Amino acid sequence: MWAGNPNMLYLNELGSNDQRSADRGREAIDTRGAGTYDSAGFGAFPLADRRTILDAEQMRRVVRRMAGEVLERNGGTAGLLLVGIRTRGVPLAESLAAQIGEMEGGEAIPLGVLDINLYRDDLSTVANYPVVKESRLPGTIDDQIVVLCDDVLFTGRTIRAALDALIDYGRPSSVRLAVLIDRGLRELPIQPDIVGQRVETTHDESVEVRFLEVDGEDGVDVTTVAPVADAPKTEGE
Amino acid sequence: MTEQEGWSRKDLLGIAELEPREIEIILDTAESFREVSARPIKKVPTLRGKTVVNLFFEPSTRTRSSFEIAQKRLSADGLNFSASSSALTKGESLVDTALNLQAMQPDLIVIRHAYPGAPQMLARRLEAGVINAGDGAHEHPTQALLDAFTIRQRKGKLAGLKVAIIGDIEHSRVVRSNIHLLTKMGAEVTVAGPRTMMPLAVEKLGAKVAYTLEDAIADTDVIMMLRIQLERQSKLLFPSTREYFRLFGLTNARLAAAKEDAIIMHPGPMNRGVEIASEVADGERSVILEQVSNGVAVRMAVLYLLSGAHREAA
Repeated sequence: MWAGNPNMLYLNELGSNDQRSADRGREAIDTRGAGTYDSAGFGAFPLADRRTILDAEQMRRVVRRMAGEVLERNGGTAGLLLVGIRTRGVPLAESLAAQIGEMEGGEAIPLGVLDINLYRDDLSTVANYPVVKESRLPGTIDDQIVVLCDDVLFTGRTIRAALDALIDYGRPSSVRLAVLIDRGLRELPIQPDIVGQRVETTHDESVEVRFLEVDGEDGVDVTTVAPVADAPKTEGE
Repeated sequence: MTEQEGWSRKDLLGIAELEPREIEIILDTAESFREVSARPIKKVPTLRGKTVVNLFFEPSTRTRSSFEIAQKRLSADGLNFSASSSALTKGESLVDTALNLQAMQPDLIVIRHAYPGAPQMLARRLEAGVINAGDGAHEHPTQALLDAFTIRQRKGKLAGLKVAIIGDIEHSRVVRSNIHLLTKMGAEVTVAGPRTMMPLAVEKLGAKVAYTLEDAIADTDVIMMLRIQLERQSKLLFPSTREYFRLFGLTNARLAAAKEDAIIMHPGPMNRGVEIASEVADGERSVILEQVSNGVAVRMAVLYLLSGAHREAA
């Protein structure tokens, strides 16, 4: 790692932010008009372009509960390896690891980081290839129980890529999926094992997850991405 | 949508036209690819279905195999043409060869040619992205990039460093690319070598000139030794290799004049006992083999970035 300065890395990660959320934005724009607000059950929604799903306090409780579920399903910490998918799966994995460690009396839970960009299924169609960041897995993943962590589960394509990436590192005894938000609208047959919160959304919307470590605060909002007529520009464009 | 901080060039022809920002994109991307070579399964599916033609009109072992390995690790299909074994020796013009290759729809062409500007000419005529793997004494951009990557890895930065490059400055494409790159990134370059191998007005490239090895390496962070091209000896640029070694060969005794933590680089292939003594080449400060490993990561990064950018033009 040339960037001896950890802040540097941190900034890079922030800067790269979100190829993936940018894509979500693009998809949303492409399919503009396909979904209606009513179909999602938010009758009065078109007027509000941001709603809060979890505030900081709720988010902490949800993550804590998820940590408990990881432990429970796994029957302890033996062979457990948490792997965060860049970018915002990483702080989720870190939070889960910290919580699990705390619950188990200060035990250090192994952590990994996965960048899925080299395994994306849309490389032949995107205009500019995404910025690739390093993947980092501690030691072998053979015979480990890998819990893939991501902030938002949407189409399932990220997870498909993550599974391919993971398998190139070895043969885990099992792989589970933990996501903070499941926003539905799957395009592949992929389901999470541990979910923080399920939210019904439309393609016009974007789920914004913020982590204290990366964004300065915890919280989850849903915003409308597709501009209605002359609405102000959003990040997703 | 390209104004974002991504890579947008179809070709990599030289360092001269790159912006510091672009150099950083390549080096950062290479950082990520380095990890792929450390895995048990050294392959990612990223460039599956892409075809890369390696067109080497000049002999090359290191650069060509480095490009080939990079292609294999990215799952691209590589196709090799070398001067000795193909129509390249049958009198076909470069343009005709290239147009014939183009007709087979490659995505990228890696070219090494004795004539400066050959890659530029191909880039203008072909839809495929072109990577310059060395054109005459002009540029060798991936070598400079892997050198910079290695320096950055060892020193943590490029800006503010002092780099000495010693040897045949005039005939070296490696020097030209390195001077461009290092000065763009804020490093200070001093070149040294026999006067017969020093181009006129080398200062215009932004490098300082020293005429003795000692002057060049005093106080530098990086010492880059260049290969003396013995095949050029017929031009009598120096009286004998022994004399060259006596004046410009890097030995442990000479190294005493340099900083304690100075690193030693060489683009290969080395002539031991001509420009560099074995004790230095194999010594603790030598990063020569790291350069070779890093070359694969840097070339993976270049192949990846150009494949992505090229798509847009198609």
